[in-house]
Amino acid sequence: MSLLSLKNISKRYLSDRGEWTEIVRISSFELNSGEQVLLQGESGSGKSTLLNMIAGIVTADTGEISLDGADMRLLRESARDAHRARSLGYVFQNFNLLDAYSCIENVELGMAFGGKTDVEFARKLLERVGLSERLNYRPDQLSQGQKQRVAIARALANRPKLVLADEPTGNLDPSNAAIALDLIQSLCRENGTALLLVSHNPSLRDKFERTIDLMELNEASVSPTETGGLS
Amino acid sequence: MNSVSIAMRGIRERRVSSAITIAAVALACSLLMLVWAFKKEAEQSFAGASGGFDAVLGPRGSKLQIVLNALYHLDESPGLMRWADYEQATKFPAVEAAYPLAVGDNYRGYRLVGSIPEYLQNHAYAEGQSFELESGGSLFEPRSMQAVVGAFAARRLGLGIGDTFHPYHGLVYNEGAKHEELYTVTGVLKATGTPVDKVIWIPISGIQTMSGHNPKAATDVSAVLIKLKQGASMAGFQLDMMYNKQGDRLTLAWPANRTILQFFDKISWFDKILQAVAALVAIIAGGSILAILYNAMNERKRDIAVLRALGARKRTVFMISLLEAVGMTFAGVILGFVVYVFLGMGIGEIVQRETGVALSPFSGNAAMVWAPLGMLGIGLLSGVLPAIKAYRTDVSRNLS
Repeated sequence: MSLLSLKNISKRYLSDRGEWTEIVRISSFELNSGEQVLLQGESGSGKSTLLNMIAGIVTADTGEISLDGADMRLLRESARDAHRARSLGYVFQNFNLLDAYSCIENVELGMAFGGKTDVEFARKLLERVGLSERLNYRPDQLSQGQKQRVAIARALANRPKLVLADEPTGNLDPSNAAIALDLIQSLCRENGTALLLVSHNPSLRDKFERTIDLMELNEASVSPTETGGLS
Repeated sequence: MNSVSIAMRGIRERRVSSAITIAAVALACSLLMLVWAFKKEAEQSFAGASGGFDAVLGPRGSKLQIVLNALYHLDESPGLMRWADYEQATKFPAVEAAYPLAVGDNYRGYRLVGSIPEYLQNHAYAEGQSFELESGGSLFEPRSMQAVVGAFAARRLGLGIGDTFHPYHGLVYNEGAKHEELYTVTGVLKATGTPVDKVIWIPISGIQTMSGHNPKAATDVSAVLIKLKQGASMAGFQLDMMYNKQGDRLTLAWPANRTILQFFDKISWFDKILQAVAALVAIIAGGSILAILYNAMNERKRDIAVLRALGARKRTVFMISLLEAVGMTFAGVILGFVVYVFLGMGIGEIVQRETGVALSPFSGNAAMVWAPLGMLGIGLLSGVLPAIKAYRTDVSRNLS
């Protein structure tokens, strides 16, 4: 049984010119538990919007988004938030760590809204990503690569069913990008977590069991320049 | 990690602005309590410090001046009255007791008041409370060079039984105006919390016949303290009529405590200014919370979006923002209590030094409940707008 299922979903936005622009239209997509899929697409191909719809941050205009048995489109916003807190991990291109918090606290935040905070598990995750010596460092004391490793640990903190990764290597040099990708994939495998990774980098294709071209998956006739800053 | 700890972290992160806001709330809260609670305490203490007397008879002049001089040992006497006036006052059937006072000298700024020993021996300065001497002490003998020192004056001057001192002429201490007479302390009064505490008591003849005083005034008195018999309420009206309406030589301040309350009424405009200032500071403190949190929200849109992406509900980020406002206000209120106690004790010390009236910042007053609660309410209200802003933060737009 699939963990994530998208059926006939669409999303459109009102552009600055006052016209409705369709960003996403996907007939069908499925992701199984523990599976790792690369969604390949250029900037502006609607990939962030798609991930935000799966995460329940924005709602689809039509269709069905079934995540771990719940239809994200039909859930009320607070229920979507709760579902996200329990079932999803999110890795961003620009890390999105909170500067006021130490590494371990950033990881604890990843589990703060889904249930009980497990400091020991947060510590283990940071040890696993090679930051056992940096537990109490703040993000501004870390390198770019280290920041992304903290973000990866945070995404796994709530023992999610699915990790969404939005260009997680986009801001990293090749060496750190390889480390970060390896960590995401291996940690997801170790925890039985599915991974849906979005990237424009074609060199990642051979790292995944399944690669989908987002321009083919997304039937919306949108060009990168038409999204008005939305991607 | 929960909403409270996240909110507290937010406060700590903005150390300087949070500290300024907390200080503003503390100032507002302590001012509100001081202006309302302490002012009420002052009124009650001053009215209650009338020393158990119903009226004060003095030379023709202002009632307030007579009361301040005779009961609170402040201000100067408006003049002198004859010993016969005192004797006449004692003879009214409704008068339970009358005690003459004479003033005009001091010892190192503490006023010498001449009276008869019966005042300290027989009079109850409050319901069921008579003057008591510290152990080993005794009252002065009439026409002696003996003195009984009030508790506050004794402490300040370091006077004890057996100590001697030379009085100084006038009510203001002037080193060059020393009298020849040498007085010996025979007793120290226990604290009463009334103006009696800041006075040195000597026989009335001592003031009247002190070297350098006008011999023609050797039997005059400055005022007469009068206690009426219980149930003789009409007597006050009769004496008032006799001295104030029909006579033109003396003034009767009756009821004595009303005179001081009327004084407080007269300066109520000053209270209103203080109240307005306190209210203004409270509003500014609230505005400060609003401004700090609202501006912080602009800087923290991304952080809020990240929290939301991690699963925080809208109402959670709303609560976190509100808790920051309430947390800062709560810290300000606690600090406000500390400031209030320190200021109250400081003011109480000054008031006691100047008037002998004991004021306590700890006496219960409704303002000590509503002022902190009011500040918490202002803090809560100030936090609503930033909290709404946090609630409405566009997650997808601020994550990128």
